Amino acid sequence: MSTPIITEKKWLRILLTSISLLFMSLFLLVPLGTIFYAALQKGLLLYVTSLIEPDALAAIRLTLLTATIAVPINLIFGVCAAWAIAKFNFIGKQLLITLIDLPFTVSPVISGLIFVLLFGAQGFLGPWLIQHNIKILFAVPGIVLATIFITFPYVARELIPLMQAQGNDQEEAALTLGANGWQTFFHITLPNIRWGLLYGVILLNARAMGEFGAVSVVSGHIRGLTNTIPLHVEILYNEYNFVAAFAMASILALLALFTLVAKTVVEWKL
Amino acid sequence: MSIRVHQLKKHFNGFGAVNDVTFSVSDGEFVTLLGPSGSGKSTVLRCIAGLETPSSGLIEIDGEVVTKVPVQERKVGFVFQHYALFRHMSVLHNVAFGLQVRGIPKKERNEKARELLNLVGLSGMEHRMPSQLSGGQRQRVALARALAPEPGLLLLDEPFGALDARLRKELRSWLRKLHDRIKLTSLLVTHDQEEAFELSDRVLVVNKGLIEQDAPPQAIFDQPATEFVATFVGETNRVEGLVDEGTVAWGPFRFKAIHLPQSTKVHVLFRPHDVYVTSKREDGGWPGVIRGIQFLGATVVLDIQMDDVTLNAELPKGVAQISEFEIGKQVYVSITNAHVFALKN
Repeated sequence: MSTPIITEKKWLRILLTSISLLFMSLFLLVPLGTIFYAALQKGLLLYVTSLIEPDALAAIRLTLLTATIAVPINLIFGVCAAWAIAKFNFIGKQLLITLIDLPFTVSPVISGLIFVLLFGAQGFLGPWLIQHNIKILFAVPGIVLATIFITFPYVARELIPLMQAQGNDQEEAALTLGANGWQTFFHITLPNIRWGLLYGVILLNARAMGEFGAVSVVSGHIRGLTNTIPLHVEILYNEYNFVAAFAMASILALLALFTLVAKTVVEWKL
Repeated sequence: MSIRVHQLKKHFNGFGAVNDVTFSVSDGEFVTLLGPSGSGKSTVLRCIAGLETPSSGLIEIDGEVVTKVPVQERKVGFVFQHYALFRHMSVLHNVAFGLQVRGIPKKERNEKARELLNLVGLSGMEHRMPSQLSGGQRQRVALARALAPEPGLLLLDEPFGALDARLRKELRSWLRKLHDRIKLTSLLVTHDQEEAFELSDRVLVVNKGLIEQDAPPQAIFDQPATEFVATFVGETNRVEGLVDEGTVAWGPFRFKAIHLPQSTKVHVLFRPHDVYVTSKREDGGWPGVIRGIQFLGATVVLDIQMDDVTLNAELPKGVAQISEFEIGKQVYVSITNAHVFALKN
């Protein structure tokens, strides 16, 4: 990369850099530091105890379970959607692209309410579900569904421009060499998009574990049963149990830091 | 293997990319589809490979109709303009891929891939990645890869289009030698007439989705069937005229046009090297004045003003020197060979 010609005055450069750094410190690093400070304020023992308390463990388990289901489903959906959009022309393609962006444009709370309207007792499918003794709302299935809905754009959005830029040449070459559709996908397409895919999955996972709004609406906040980590943090905080609240929050903060590092590594590879 | 394409048509959203194309290629022949970009020549090639589905028409490979046979089963080797090498695979793996998907054991397929890399002059490069190769090397890997599954037919889509002029020349003489050695039926698509002439046994000139002429290279150049062919292959001078009793008059010149009806509006085309220029009045010819001289290495092009038309005449550098041609000099021009084409409408 060539060095750009800098025409701005030195004081201006220092000023702009300082503003960015100051802003970032105030709004990102200070809160992050505060989480760990508050979590460890009363000592390591209380911190660990807060994390291994049964309700906390249940929240961690539920969060992991939700991510374990939502991530693979959205990974498969994302790859399929990106493949279809990038490689084929079909009627309704623009509509599909718009629909993929829907969770980005709708407030998460509204997304949660959509599920209440669908699956609630007075909802569209509610009576049928009650009749068949299927519980979706205020139970794990509702949380998983809301999380899937909120996070489905991540992989597709990451892969569509990548696949469009790569074009079909290599796939066509593989076909002329005798490879079938699956062989072409696994030997050619997948290795070419692997870093973009990983990038999407990292963001998807971070959002799936951290989602609050939509999950809050559908969960019912039943301790030990339907609380994910973010919901549990809120409950503890509202009960003035700050150490436990921040201890739980620190897990999400660590996840954020891990995501940031992983994202940087993947970006470097992309 | 032989190819027969019969009344092939391909439309994209109502636009006719290929409009009724019929031709055949015999076993072991090297044929080129030559035409400007957007003429539909690549689409014909992609239809033969099975990468596009024709809107109508028939494609036969070795006498068998393949229009509905999937690309994998057509046994064609395809070389793409931008190589389309698998970026994440080594050179060896790229070449062996076509054998790998056919379930040939690793040892055997790698051995075959090495043989092919040797054939294309890339021994010792087996473990390089495509990004570590030059453009010419990449295209040779692409060719080795296309040859690996032993196709009956080699289709080349502007294979040297992305390379510089010198490398292009080098690679095409290499490709011709390779073809003479392995005698694989080959169909090349290019917009470069030199490439088409040097490589092919036969050239099909394509324009607007139609074949304008199907003939050996020399005939395409010497006896162009249409005005498009004449202007597309090589430089031409063009003057307008009218047919009168089977001839067209331009100045003192008379061009034969027995095949055209009386009063047909025509274009008379003749190549710069078919314009004979002399400074001696006694040699005959129509007077003109030199308005410009361009040096092209071994030859010289003179811009000669004749009445209201400026002609180009190409002659060997030595002749121009002996005759002491210079700007402003009066010369006498004769035309040794010309082609007359009726104007459409």
